[in-house]
Amino acid sequence: MKAGVIVFPGSNCDRDMAVAIEQATGQKPAMIWHKDAALPRGLDLIAIPGGFSFGDYLRCGAIAAKAPVMRAVADFAHAGGHVLGVCNGFQVLIEAGLLPGALMRNAGLKFICRTVHLRVETGDSAFTRGYETGQIVAYPVAHHDGNYIADADTLARLKGEDRIAFTYVENPNGATADIAGILSGNRRVLGMMPHPERAADPALGGTDGKALFAGLAAALERVA
Amino acid sequence: MRARVYVTLRNGVLDPQGEAVRHALGTLGFAGVQGVRQGKLIDLTLSATDPKAAEAEVAQMCEKLLANTVIEDYRIEVLAE
Repeated sequence: MKAGVIVFPGSNCDRDMAVAIEQATGQKPAMIWHKDAALPRGLDLIAIPGGFSFGDYLRCGAIAAKAPVMRAVADFAHAGGHVLGVCNGFQVLIEAGLLPGALMRNAGLKFICRTVHLRVETGDSAFTRGYETGQIVAYPVAHHDGNYIADADTLARLKGEDRIAFTYVENPNGATADIAGILSGNRRVLGMMPHPERAADPALGGTDGKALFAGLAAALERVA
Repeated sequence: MRARVYVTLRNGVLDPQGEAVRHALGTLGFAGVQGVRQGKLIDLTLSATDPKAAEAEVAQMCEKLLANTVIEDYRIEVLAE
């Protein structure tokens, strides 16, 4: 599996993401600067890491979503490529219109930085095939704007199409329907607030995120 | 020419920051505050000279970047100097 990690000014989980991908695939991902208008050839996965792209000015992820590289990422996604957005990466994917809804300030107004438990709502995606549906996993969260909002129609569509990937066992931020992560209509774009890349090595205090990267590597190896 | 854009959360979207401000005002004894909505004000200095064209251009800016129309409304004022 060939992967690329997008790097914006203010990204701070880009190297954690690269390490997690390399551990799962044995290959270093390409690090792609936000000003690049074209992606390296032959990528199977693009990861958009957590952080504070462009200082989260205007709205979280809003300026990054308009960066030159995001036009190429959108083309990649529309052509059926796999895209993983974590935390700020999720905000960027939403602002770029690749996933529906919006992410607002946490209901409690506090920055939340701790490990939470998630329920895997669907094993039916390249990202979640390493888990059982209904499995409870522990991932860290670290965000100020993770309160997922969707209107009733969008929510009904997400539920009806089995596109809710993860929910919080105990909702930390007020997200609609406890949503922690969602899939695109073709199930190839995943956006999530919790950090699998920070739970993919025993040295980081947890390994529940490892199965996400391993599942992805196994699924996309055949595509490559 | 200058333009001023007000970005506010759409009606029906919970505004946690506004709620926190409302609560604080109540604590200060301002009992009559029934609701607070917080927003953003963005001032633009434009080289355009035609107010109509400027407003149309700023509307494009709002749709593309300045507002997230999933959750936010915007209002534009064009101020001739």
